[in-house]
Amino acid sequence: MSLYRSFEVFSKALQQKKVTCYSATKHYLTKIKDSASLNIFIEIFDKEALARAKEIDKKIANGDAGKLAGMVIALKDNICFKGHEVTASSKILKGYISSYNATVVDRLLDQDAIIIGRVNCDEFAMGSGNENTIYDTVKNPLDNNKVAGGSSGGSAAAVSAGLCMSALGSDTGGSIRQPAAFCGVYGLKPTYSRVSRYGLIAYASSFDQIGPITNNIFDAKLLLEVISGRDPYDSTSSSREIHSKDLSSSGNGKKSIAYIKEHIENPGLDPIIKSYILNKIKELKSLGHNVEAISFPYLEYLVPTYYVISTAEASSNLSRYDGIRFGYRSDHNNDLESTYIKSRSMGFGKEVQRRIMLGTFVLSAGYHEAYFTKAQKIRRIIQDKTNSIFKEHDFIISPTTPHTAFDIGKKYSDPTQMYLEDIFTVHANLAGNPAISIPIKDSSLKMPFGLQLMSNHFKEKDLLEFCSSNF
Amino acid sequence: MNIKEKYEAVIGLEVHAQLLTQTKAYSNDENIYGAAPNTKTSAITLGHPGTLPVSNKKVIEYAVKLGLSVGAKIRKHNEYARKNYFYADLPKGYQITQDTTPICNGGVIEILDEKNKTKKINITRIHMEEDAGKSIHDLDPFNTLIDLNRAGVPLLEIVSEPEIKTGDEAFNYVMEVRKLVRYLDICDGNMEEGSLRCDANISVRIRGESKFGTKVEVKNMNSSRNVKNAIDFEIKRQIEVIENGGQIVHETRGFDAVKGITISQRHKEEANDYRYFPEPDLQPIEITKEYIEQIKKTLPLLPKELNTIYQREYKLSQYDSNLLIEDKETALFFNEICALTNNYKLAANIINGVIKSYLNENGLTITQLDISAKNIANLIDLIEGNQISNTIATSKIFPLLISSKKSPKKIAEENNWIQESDNTILKDLILQALEKYPEKIQEYKNGKKGLIGLFMGEVMKISKGKADPKITNKLLRDILEK
Repeated sequence: MSLYRSFEVFSKALQQKKVTCYSATKHYLTKIKDSASLNIFIEIFDKEALARAKEIDKKIANGDAGKLAGMVIALKDNICFKGHEVTASSKILKGYISSYNATVVDRLLDQDAIIIGRVNCDEFAMGSGNENTIYDTVKNPLDNNKVAGGSSGGSAAAVSAGLCMSALGSDTGGSIRQPAAFCGVYGLKPTYSRVSRYGLIAYASSFDQIGPITNNIFDAKLLLEVISGRDPYDSTSSSREIHSKDLSSSGNGKKSIAYIKEHIENPGLDPIIKSYILNKIKELKSLGHNVEAISFPYLEYLVPTYYVISTAEASSNLSRYDGIRFGYRSDHNNDLESTYIKSRSMGFGKEVQRRIMLGTFVLSAGYHEAYFTKAQKIRRIIQDKTNSIFKEHDFIISPTTPHTAFDIGKKYSDPTQMYLEDIFTVHANLAGNPAISIPIKDSSLKMPFGLQLMSNHFKEKDLLEFCSSNF
Repeated sequence: MNIKEKYEAVIGLEVHAQLLTQTKAYSNDENIYGAAPNTKTSAITLGHPGTLPVSNKKVIEYAVKLGLSVGAKIRKHNEYARKNYFYADLPKGYQITQDTTPICNGGVIEILDEKNKTKKINITRIHMEEDAGKSIHDLDPFNTLIDLNRAGVPLLEIVSEPEIKTGDEAFNYVMEVRKLVRYLDICDGNMEEGSLRCDANISVRIRGESKFGTKVEVKNMNSSRNVKNAIDFEIKRQIEVIENGGQIVHETRGFDAVKGITISQRHKEEANDYRYFPEPDLQPIEITKEYIEQIKKTLPLLPKELNTIYQREYKLSQYDSNLLIEDKETALFFNEICALTNNYKLAANIINGVIKSYLNENGLTITQLDISAKNIANLIDLIEGNQISNTIATSKIFPLLISSKKSPKKIAEENNWIQESDNTILKDLILQALEKYPEKIQEYKNGKKGLIGLFMGEVMKISKGKADPKITNKLLRDILEK
């Protein structure tokens, strides 16, 4: 039903009374129930969503509805929604009910979006296949034997399968863009600080960003506009706002685009993706854009630097899950220390435990300098180099991932192989830049893949404009 | 040489001052002592998933105030850090503090040493951090109870250089810090309630040795008296261990105030590795010169400055001066009186004498004293003008001044307490008195000069205490020597 694939179209239909929020919500609820085998939704807020849809229909009739009136949205299970369970797909938070709304949730609700449910993800957003979850592995709607990607696998799969109009995910090292690429939808990681992290269950605080996963650029832009902006509850949030009306202005200027030679020459890159990108580069040149190959000498440091710093932060962020105040507590303990050890050993999954240990190690006395401090220095160098690239270029174009969605279970037992999934995406998180994954369907590949465009800080407007006029 | 002289102690103190802010360091929870347990605990204080800290600007203001008042260097670029450790009263599993970039470095706190001479104790650093909750071990026989109201309350940690030598010096140091934070109105300095806490790093070495001995950290000294007692005990203990051929173990010891001893709590090998790293949830704070200048303007007169004024300008003794400065409100009251009279010495005597004893007897503080500075100044004028005697002023008029709208002069007049200082009247009184003791006059004249007291007493009796003692004394001598 194409009506639901574009919020612009849907909104018009609402205005013309061809459809109601209530009927749209009903439509999605049915589809979600029919797709239960994909393990996308963890919980459906059906009664609540329907009641809200009715209210918003009234608002529309009264002409006082918000910008997102009737947009049916799924939340990644690491975003807090007052009065609702939120678990980050972890046993340690099973049964935990949030007592407050994440700032993004408040902003969605203020603009009359309908939150239809919460969706599966990798535990504490750690993973690339949505296989690290206490729920069942999310299946890719386009091929049920393949992963949906991760960690926002549920969010991307939900949009791809038409179970909602759009979804919020979170991106720490590629967790929005990679599943978006695997599922054939748009995924935007905003500039670090663009969107408040208040109410996002932290994985790695200096990387985490909430962003939209959508069917099209217009929806991504609209959602970004609603959720971004200064939040007094997140002191790292920026006051710089984005306005959709700016978007429609000049989208057709000639741009300077860089691509990193080492990306294209990466031996792990699928040859079909490679040739697609090279063709796209030609096409952009022919359209009058300046496209240039550049060298980025720190490529091999990206993934290690990311994993040192992100696990260090995670080891500290996850200390609060101790079985004392909320969440899972093991029964088999007799003192404080055994409460900690048993609750955490039984409450956290293997991958989360691996990262906590890694992060604890890189911060510990005797190793701090060699790992954490060094990684921070390299991060600074990467940021400086990235800034210098954006002094001369508007965008960096690359694949989102080296290949299309892999088979469920294929990489699960090999964590380092899994970590290399992030090779093209972590750059934007390390440097704080915005990046979007644009879905590409090539007839010679069964599954879609993603093309990633990264821009300078706070240049989402340019980035989205360029995408809508060139892709 | 006795054993005590053979050794010297090296002591550094870490003082934690809880700040008198309305809200906590990183949340809007109320910062208040004594509320029902776990009632000042929002999702942020409890470290619930997704919550973030937001720094309270007052904490920075208070840190800058304290830094300026000890002459510290204020850091321009301030980062927060996480100190990671697990404990049941630490909800996030880490404490937000400052590691390599404390807000203040350097500065000095002056104390009096054993010989009552001024000694400078250098400050290493002052940094901002948050308190943990409270673990209550003695309320329930089977469980430890946790109260998280205190979790997130802002603290300043003031770290001294290891320049303190004795328990007395440590006591004086803590009292000086307490005085300072109370003058600045940034902490109530209440050690019993834990709003001012102190840990000591203590080591001993043979006098003249340049290398430090192994240090021991002593905690749980919840009064200034305990700081002294704990340190004195610990120095003695360490000397004994060494004298008996033993070695000091690098450890943390707690002070048992009842037994007056320190007890080993934890060996340093078992100590936490705090895994400090920059707090990614808080933006670094930039402190500008303009901001510092602005704060400077709000600083009140501080003990050190008052001491200079009192001793140099007002010519008060060090003793009187220190007594007045001991607490801020007393000094403020004294200043108020001094704006109305120039007899500073008499003003100091009245505050340090009759007023303090009145307050002590009635368990009041000076702010609860219901007498205006104007009336005290008026009382001083009466004494100075020889209109009333000191005794009448303090024993008779002072009690009547309390909660009274009448001036001291009015009270003196109404009660007929104004002194007689008219020479002819006084002479008349003296002659009346002497008439009673003709033989004593002879004895006096023969050299028994001590009898003057008897004659004075008689004059006072006849005058009903109103005779000006100074003038009477002089006249009496004149008459007797004639």
